[in-house]
Amino acid sequence: MAAATKTMTDPASALVMVPTEARDWLIVLPVLLPLIVAAGLIVARHTLGRKPGLANAIALATCGFTLVATGLLLERVLSQGPLTMMMGRWLPPFGIAFTADALGAALALAASLATLLALVSERAEKPSPAPAYGSEPFALMLLAGVSGAFLTGDIFNLYVWFEVLLIASFGLLTLGPEKVQIDGTLKYGFLNLAGTTLFLIAVGLLYGLTGTLNMADLAGKLHGLTAGPVSTLFVLFFFAFGMKAAAFPVQYWLPAAYHTPRAATAGLFAALLTKVGIYGMLRVLVMLMPDSSDGLSLMVGILAAATMLFGALGTLAERDFRRLPGFVLISGIGTMLAGIALTSPGGLTGTIFYALQSMALMLALYLALFAAARLSGTADFTRAGGLYDRNPLLSALVLSLFFAASGLPPFSGFWPKALILKAALDIGAWWLAAALLVSGLLLSVGLARAFLIGFMKPAESIHPGGRLPLATLLPVALLTALVTLAGLYPAPLMDLAGGAAGGLADPAAYIHSVFPEAAP
Amino acid sequence: MNTLIFRTIAPFLAAMMLVFSVFVLLRGHNEPGGGFIGGLIAASAFAIQGIAQGVSAVRRALKLDPLAIAGIGLLLSALAGLLSLPLAVPFMTGLWVDLPLGLDRVPVSSVMLFDLGVYLVVMGTITAIALALEEKEEP
Amino acid sequence: MEGLIALLATLYLAAAIYLLLSRHVVRMLLGIALLGNGVNLILFVSGRLTRSVPPVMVGAEEVLRADAANPLPQALILTAIVISFSFFAFLLVLAYRAYQDLGTDDTAEMRLAEPDLPEPPRGY
Repeated sequence: MAAATKTMTDPASALVMVPTEARDWLIVLPVLLPLIVAAGLIVARHTLGRKPGLANAIALATCGFTLVATGLLLERVLSQGPLTMMMGRWLPPFGIAFTADALGAALALAASLATLLALVSERAEKPSPAPAYGSEPFALMLLAGVSGAFLTGDIFNLYVWFEVLLIASFGLLTLGPEKVQIDGTLKYGFLNLAGTTLFLIAVGLLYGLTGTLNMADLAGKLHGLTAGPVSTLFVLFFFAFGMKAAAFPVQYWLPAAYHTPRAATAGLFAALLTKVGIYGMLRVLVMLMPDSSDGLSLMVGILAAATMLFGALGTLAERDFRRLPGFVLISGIGTMLAGIALTSPGGLTGTIFYALQSMALMLALYLALFAAARLSGTADFTRAGGLYDRNPLLSALVLSLFFAASGLPPFSGFWPKALILKAALDIGAWWLAAALLVSGLLLSVGLARAFLIGFMKPAESIHPGGRLPLATLLPVALLTALVTLAGLYPAPLMDLAGGAAGGLADPAAYIHSVFPEAAP
Repeated sequence: MNTLIFRTIAPFLAAMMLVFSVFVLLRGHNEPGGGFIGGLIAASAFAIQGIAQGVSAVRRALKLDPLAIAGIGLLLSALAGLLSLPLAVPFMTGLWVDLPLGLDRVPVSSVMLFDLGVYLVVMGTITAIALALEEKEEP
Repeated sequence: MEGLIALLATLYLAAAIYLLLSRHVVRMLLGIALLGNGVNLILFVSGRLTRSVPPVMVGAEEVLRADAANPLPQALILTAIVISFSFFAFLLVLAYRAYQDLGTDDTAEMRLAEPDLPEPPRGY
């Protein structure tokens, strides 16, 4: 309102005067490209419906371009620091900012890769009667929403992207003929809507407290405030993001919903949606409210341990191929929360590393176990058995993924867990370290049980089962190779995660990118 | 519900609502109104027509699938943002052109194009939902 | 005035949470609708209430008047209304489908996604 006293309006007081170069558009491309193509696919749905595979090919190409764009964006962010574009040319903090830093760009890159591979697997498992509504527009919209969430620099805009990805996920969940999907979507829908509403309440209170919604602006303004209101906001945001990420005690919707859709959809959800919750925590809680993060780290730590153990115990009790990875996912969320609770550079590096590798790992796990359920003809693995004899390649892939999920070397799950463990021991949080180790042990026991009963035990009765084309296994094999490679050569990912964690701990470069006149 | 009076009035009512929706859309430029509320009014016009004349009649009259209309709207909105690419200004910048149309000069902007897109998106999706619900109630 | 509206928002949220705790989908839907309205009130209060002119520039004005209301919460609320409306519409259709397909609107009876299983085998 300060400008209200002016009589003459000077465009420079409200608008960005620096010309925007074409290469600055890299930051909106990961959102814009999937969104436009998704709109085009919806318009041309009936034409495309007659040519099976064409919509998928278009979506694949779009994901490929998005992958290239996010790759270039990450390269640019790593070499020149965070990049900002002000939507509508309005100066910050009044306009909506899109700001890419190493964390956002790396996660956007991983997200487009995961979507690409999910679409590849979708292509392989096309059901014989082509559905009237393809899943491709929704998958692209989901990618647009996720990329938007990773790249936006405005907290209300983050809420909007959450809703975009939520509505796309609703679409994906309900596609298909199964009644069980309706049941799953209903529970997923209500709980996630409640979660985002909680997020909106927190955003409203945050605005009331600080008068700004721009993240770079908030980083400065939240610093000087008294601890009480900020702690309240911290808890509200924590539960809002926790609901998205499926953290204890608001995780029950995940095992109820994620096994109901098709394999590619379930894998895509597991790869992207919970990571968005973790990203929200990293961005809002760790970067914007570091004081409260320190003060409330005990609460976060206890919930992290509970989440980890819940997931691990769930794998011990589960006997359904398709529900099993849901509990592995929850246990992984607990591990990432532990890194957030520690707030030390080591812990945050571990969390970011874990999030990046978990995108590939969880997608692969869902695809592989859904394929196993299809191969054995029943989702109940206590009645399946003998899968090793029928498909050794799938068995080997599943075993590698189980190793990676339990955090055993030489797979990618080992390094972030080791980092978080070391960070926990460094500050003497032995109970958190113990929870990490116990959940890892329980997870390996639970997954070993699943493998022994489902794959190694000779089949009692032969189920008719389905055939498994090699094309279904291709994305799984590719992802398993990635997971193994990340475990054998962890240095590049470790450096990337370390840099991103550094950017969160000291957001000076982030703020400078939005407000160039502020001291770097 | 479906009386003779309603069936006779409905087409006029729907037509008036459609005109009014366009008025609200254009009024949203500088005064209260805009694409969202305009789209809602248009969607309710189709919903009323659907109750009176049956869903299939509305679908025939619409020619395009309602969701395709929403897709076109989304494309238009994105296009409005993309116009700023060649002008070296950030995404979604409002761009204005004064078009000399007859006696008066009419200011046309990319903001309006965006709002038109919003109008189509809202009209398409809400019509699709309303028609789907009405279809289920028909025996 | 802010206190009164905050109290109203609290009442909305309390009613919404009470309804959301119900086992019946229709009541949960009503809860979602109330929840959205309560949150909109919170957003409105967080921008501070002023009894003054609407934030619209009239005629040749180039800047807002100093006593104009804060336009940002209104923009936020508009966005939130749009979103909560579309979600409500979606969930309404979904609940209707669920009632048709599953034959109940009681969530406790919807056990398709999480069926009750017989005892697992004890040995391997």
